[in-house]
Amino acid sequence: MSDFNRSAPVEWGLRAYLLLTFAFVFAPIAASFVFSFNVDRFPSLPLGGFSLTWYQQVAADPLVWEGLRNTLIAGITVSVLATALGFGAAYTDFRYNFFGKSLYLALALLPPTIPVVILGLAMLAFLANIGLSGGIHSVIIAHVVMCAPFAMAIIRLRLSQMDASLEAAAWNLGASQWVAMRHVIIPFCRPAIFAALFITMAVSFDEFAVSWFVSGLNETLPVKVLGFLQGQVSPKINVIGTFVFLTSMTLVILAQILLMKRSTGGKAGQ
Amino acid sequence: MTSEPLVAFDRVGKRFGDFVAVEPMHLEIHKGEFLAIMGSSGCGKTTTLRMLAGLEAPTEGEIRLAGERINDLPTWQRDTPMVWQSLALFPFLTVRENVEFSLRMRGVGKAERRQRADKWLERMQITEFADRNVAHLSGGQRQRVALARSLVTEPEILLLDEPLSALDAHLKVRMQAVLSNLQRELGITFVYVTHSQSEAFSMADRVVIMSRGRIEQIGAPQEIYRSPRTRFVAEFLGSSNVFAGRVAEAAGGGIRVETPAGTFAAPLGELAAALRPGDDATFVVSDDRMQLSGSRPESGNALEATVLAEEFVGATAVVHLEGPGGEELRAQKSHDELARLTLSPGDKVWMSWGPEAGHVLPGG
Repeated sequence: MSDFNRSAPVEWGLRAYLLLTFAFVFAPIAASFVFSFNVDRFPSLPLGGFSLTWYQQVAADPLVWEGLRNTLIAGITVSVLATALGFGAAYTDFRYNFFGKSLYLALALLPPTIPVVILGLAMLAFLANIGLSGGIHSVIIAHVVMCAPFAMAIIRLRLSQMDASLEAAAWNLGASQWVAMRHVIIPFCRPAIFAALFITMAVSFDEFAVSWFVSGLNETLPVKVLGFLQGQVSPKINVIGTFVFLTSMTLVILAQILLMKRSTGGKAGQ
Repeated sequence: MTSEPLVAFDRVGKRFGDFVAVEPMHLEIHKGEFLAIMGSSGCGKTTTLRMLAGLEAPTEGEIRLAGERINDLPTWQRDTPMVWQSLALFPFLTVRENVEFSLRMRGVGKAERRQRADKWLERMQITEFADRNVAHLSGGQRQRVALARSLVTEPEILLLDEPLSALDAHLKVRMQAVLSNLQRELGITFVYVTHSQSEAFSMADRVVIMSRGRIEQIGAPQEIYRSPRTRFVAEFLGSSNVFAGRVAEAAGGGIRVETPAGTFAAPLGELAAALRPGDDATFVVSDDRMQLSGSRPESGNALEATVLAEEFVGATAVVHLEGPGGEELRAQKSHDELARLTLSPGDKVWMSWGPEAGHVLPGG
């Protein structure tokens, strides 16, 4: 690391600052993680002792399994649909110029900027009107709307790194447009497509507010957690929190790794 | 040679909205020739090539390949492979997979694909890199991969869009030799688009010079160099002295043009045949036909000019001068002769040339 013009106190100060920032962000999550293994009924210091009872209780709770099943069904379906939609939108932007393109882009990237409570209410009203509310499919529809812009942004970034003549070169070498899509565009975008799958799954997995509005009886895990909290404060929540956090982090980190090896990718890159 | 050329552009034009990229043009490309299309950026040379490749559809006229109209044939159904300026190699494939690509697209079986690709890898001397990623090759090696990838289907015609522009000067010259030899050995047609005069003139059998969507001149390099047909071509080549003026006299196989720098005589060429006294005309004389001397020569065309600078160009030097009317002039001389003349900036010197060295174009 270069150290020109840097005094030792400033250096240490900056490191401490970074450490504090991480502590600020992760302390509550770390606390939840620690207390999930604590034998005590209420989260208090000193710790009572290591135990897996809360994990056993969570594993024995059918409501948790139902919530997890809903979350997984929604997460997987949403990631596939949102990534497909996002890819289409990103490719449209890459390939075509048309009247109103900036409006198209603005609209396509808009959903994440809408406050979730408003989006949730609107979704509930809309889905109820067309008779699609209160099911796992409602969660899926709402989450696809929320997640597709993320997928689009990720894939669009990858496409912007592509030599614009690559696709035309494939056509010129005998690939029709669909064949070129399969043999050139998709392989080129593969890391971004997987990253988009993981990110959208993570977003759907975590999402609470909109799910709460539209899920009806088919609650996802985060909605279940609120249910538990309203009933009684139980360390089971720490267990579920830890699980959801680890799952989301794994997905996000996987996506990040995929996006970092951007330059060549593929099997020949090594 | 057959009556029908390999490629015929028949009144082919291309517009993008109101912008005319290529004005309706006629162009014939013969089997086995090396044709260069040259011009500065935006002159329509690349659009012309892309229309031939099927990447742009002409807005008027007809393009024929071996006598067949191909206007509506999509590029993937033509066998008109192109070498791209960016090379456009597929970064997620190995060298061999890149070369095999067009065979794979045409449904050639795995074993045959590999065998044919390997033949071209060997021919282009890149066999040792076959399993590498294209990102890990040098500029010259990538160039060879691009050539092998385009030639693997053994097409009748190869299109090249400024393929050497990214290389350094030394490698450029070597790749020019590779391309020239390849074209001669294969005997197929090369259509080579470039803005570089040295690339076009050193490799091509015929050169097409384009400007603002129009063909200015088609001819062998020597022919274009010796007798540019338009003022644009004369100035574009950069090695000519150009004087704008009026016809003073046109009779008896000779023509005299009156310009601000003097009145000059030339033989009455085919281009100037229709000129009458008083018409606008341009007088052109190539810089290697210019004589320099301290005093006015007894006969021929002459004018007195001021030396501006000398430019070293290898075996010869170019003297840049300013004419009496502010014209930018040049003379190409050997170093020996310049040593005898002992010119320095600001000196007055006589420039002269025989009537047979000049030629006259219609228009100012």
